[in-house]
Amino acid sequence: MSALPRLIARDTALAWKSGGLWLPVAFLLLVAALFPFAVGPNAAVLARTGGGMLWIAALLASLLPVDRLVAPDRDGGVLDQLVLRGIGDESIALTKLIAHWIGFGPPLMVAVLPAAALLKLDGATILTLEVGLLLGTPALAALGLLVSALTSGLRSSGALAGLLALPLAVPLLIFGAGSLGDQSGSALKLLAACSLLLVGITPFAAGAAMRAGRE
Amino acid sequence: MSIAALSLSNVACLRGGRMLLTGVTVALGPGDSAVLRGPNGTGKSSLIRAVAGLLPVFSGTISHEGTMALSDESLALDTQATLARALAFWAKIDGVDERAVHDALAALDMTRLTDVPVHMLSTGQRKRAVLARVVISGAPIWLLDEPTNGLDTASVEMLGELMATHLAAGGIILAASHQALPLPGAQDIDIAAYRPIETEA
Repeated sequence: MSALPRLIARDTALAWKSGGLWLPVAFLLLVAALFPFAVGPNAAVLARTGGGMLWIAALLASLLPVDRLVAPDRDGGVLDQLVLRGIGDESIALTKLIAHWIGFGPPLMVAVLPAAALLKLDGATILTLEVGLLLGTPALAALGLLVSALTSGLRSSGALAGLLALPLAVPLLIFGAGSLGDQSGSALKLLAACSLLLVGITPFAAGAAMRAGRE
Repeated sequence: MSIAALSLSNVACLRGGRMLLTGVTVALGPGDSAVLRGPNGTGKSSLIRAVAGLLPVFSGTISHEGTMALSDESLALDTQATLARALAFWAKIDGVDERAVHDALAALDMTRLTDVPVHMLSTGQRKRAVLARVVISGAPIWLLDEPTNGLDTASVEMLGELMATHLAAGGIILAASHQALPLPGAQDIDIAAYRPIETEA
């Protein structure tokens, strides 16, 4: 196994050990359980608004581990040691992007099933939601890593990361939640396009941020 | 170990808009070592980081043959893992056999700490763990920034033996320290000689 898969395995294992895998799941289920208390137990209202609410919950869940994606490795000198071994910042960012996605994307997609049951979503909506999350969660992971790399040298970076990431996530939310009421499938295609763009630029942008952070 | 070489030619370091060092020229071949000396804040660590490729040099060139290993103030070990597992991660990244971990721990008298989590280690033990990481890497060029910080007398002697073995095997050591290092035969580089002359603006 070469260095990059090892780094992905290490970051995933660290996320697992620090409870990172259960945190987004618990968060999503909690939000889904609280939502009917806020808007009332009207099944029609829940079914109409539930999907969009789950998208917001997924977006917020992706930001939960943002303060420990890059900062601990930067402060602990792990990034220095990797760069010393000739591993580029972009490659490190890519491994962290993949590990972050593994850490919250698939668990979230599983958690959506019981959450959808709580909100009385029908089968077709759940399927669209899952496809949308499959397309959208890599972009959410990319966004999380990007702001994590940008804010890694700052104090109270978690709150700032949220403020930076949420406006950038608006297109994902529009197309992701929009796909639920869209029969033509074009919203999903636009979501995939947004996702591709974010996943494409993040290794370079986050890598540049990590490089700049060393000086 | 292949033929190692490290050379700095007319290197200048700029940090935060301030010229720290200019005209640093050092050439090291197999078995050579050099110690950067000088008080705190004079640019020793910056120079080491520049050699490691972690800081851009303002001018001049740094070239090296062979891989490098760096020991500085940061631990770069997973603190929740046991010492052996944390070091084994780097051994795997470096493509080194895991037996090297146990050999290095034995050489640094840390065998009984093998299964202790890294976050339980004391300051001196952490420093020795960092040095173990350098030894394990098998890199011919060692960059040691203040390697004796936090070490007791016995550990400094162990470090001296390790460095002697490394040099005898054709390795290169570039160290920075404000204390005396157990490194006989090292080129002594007084960092003050490379400080730019402050000119009135």
